[in-house]
Parts: sequence; structure tokens; C-alpha cells
Amino acid sequence: MADKKLSIITTKGTLDWAYPPFILASTAAALGYETNIFFTFYGLQLLRKDLNLKISPLGNPAMPMPMGMHNWFPVLGTALPGMEAIMTAMMKSKMKSKGVASVEELRSLCVEAEVKFVGCQMTIDLFDWSPKDFIDGVELGGAASYFASSGGSDVTLFI
Amino acid sequence: MANFDQELDATGLNCPLPILRAKKALATLATGQTLRVVSTDPGSVKDFDAFAKQTGNTLVESRQEAGKYLFLIKKNA
Repeated sequence: MADKKLSIITTKGTLDWAYPPFILASTAAALGYETNIFFTFYGLQLLRKDLNLKISPLGNPAMPMPMGMHNWFPVLGTALPGMEAIMTAMMKSKMKSKGVASVEELRSLCVEAEVKFVGCQMTIDLFDWSPKDFIDGVELGGAASYFASSGGSDVTLFI
Repeated sequence: MANFDQELDATGLNCPLPILRAKKALATLATGQTLRVVSTDPGSVKDFDAFAKQTGNTLVESRQEAGKYLFLIKKNA
């Protein structure tokens, strides 16, 4: 039933922003969409073999914190050493308690459903990363490769 | 609820897991067989309706019982 096609560009590499591309891609694949994701800039962090994604309340006034902390905790305090690790651990445990899949699980479901992953070669060069840091099956390419795999898409998303 | 050929317990799972698990379970069924899904995710009510419409399967029944959402999906293709 691969009569429809979804193409996503993902640009962000924090724990929260890892969810939209993998949730939408895995679901689209389940609905019969031929699906591809182009990972560029910080989005490439989502393709690392060892995921170490974090979340930070810093610079995100919309992020709810436990005990209503977002209402009274000073913004500067969220920049303190260790805050990122604490908030990441809290978010992960919250997600687990609500039955939200881990990023690793959603990513494997995408791989299993043959979602095509394309990594941005320019980003890898820019940050001196190595293709070996990323999971197997990732194709590397540039803007032209994006258009090659996204052409004729019914749905395109920039995340 | 009518008889079913297989049951999927998706309780405690959140979007999009109930749909993804259902898709996998349906793949193991033969055409004409039915899958019962039990979920606790309120979002799954609309999602299973949309899932059935887009995959060409029939959502025979969708109801709520004792805080759980029960779906009966007939595999058409």
C-alpha cells in the first residue's frame, strides 16, 4: 500500500524534539506510507549509535517542571551545573510512567518498518563527526539527495 | 463483543505504540480474521478509526468499558 509518501527534515537533537520525527515516521510507515527522514545539523544526533539526548528548561519558558517550579524557580537557576542531567532524568522517568516509548524504541520501529534515513554529509564534515558514529543503514548525502528521496511526497515536514 | 481471532493488550502504552503494535499483530492474521485491541490511551479512539480507514481494514467495533478502550478490527487486506 505504498501509494503515499512522507518526507521529513529533522534539525533538532534534544530529547523532546527527537519524538516528532520518529513518532510520525513510524506511524506513517504503519499506515503504508513510503517514508524518509533527512537528518541535518543537530538532528543528526538522533542517529548516533549511543543516544545521549538531553532536555533543558533553559531557554524554554514553556516547559513544565515538577512542583510548579516553572512558576517560581529563577531562570538563571536552570543554568546551574547538573540541571540538564536532573531535568533529563525526570523527563525520562515521566515518559516511562506514562507509557511513552523511548527514542531508541521508536527509532528501531522506524528501521524495522524500512523508513529511509539520510544523514547530511555537510553537517558531518562541519562538526568533524565520523560516519561510524551513526547507526547502520544511514545513507549520507546533501540537498540534492534530499530532493531525490523526497520528490513526489504527499506530506513534507520540517522539524 | 463479537468473537475475535487474536487479542492485543496495549494497556499502559501511549501514542503511537498501540497503533504500531496493532499493525504488527494484524500482519500475522489472515484476511477476514479479527483482532481485538485493549487500550488505555484516550487518543487511541480517534487513532484506530483513522488507522482502519487508511489501511483499508474495518473497525467493526470501538467502545469504552471500565476505563479501557476496546477495538475490534477486521483484516481486509
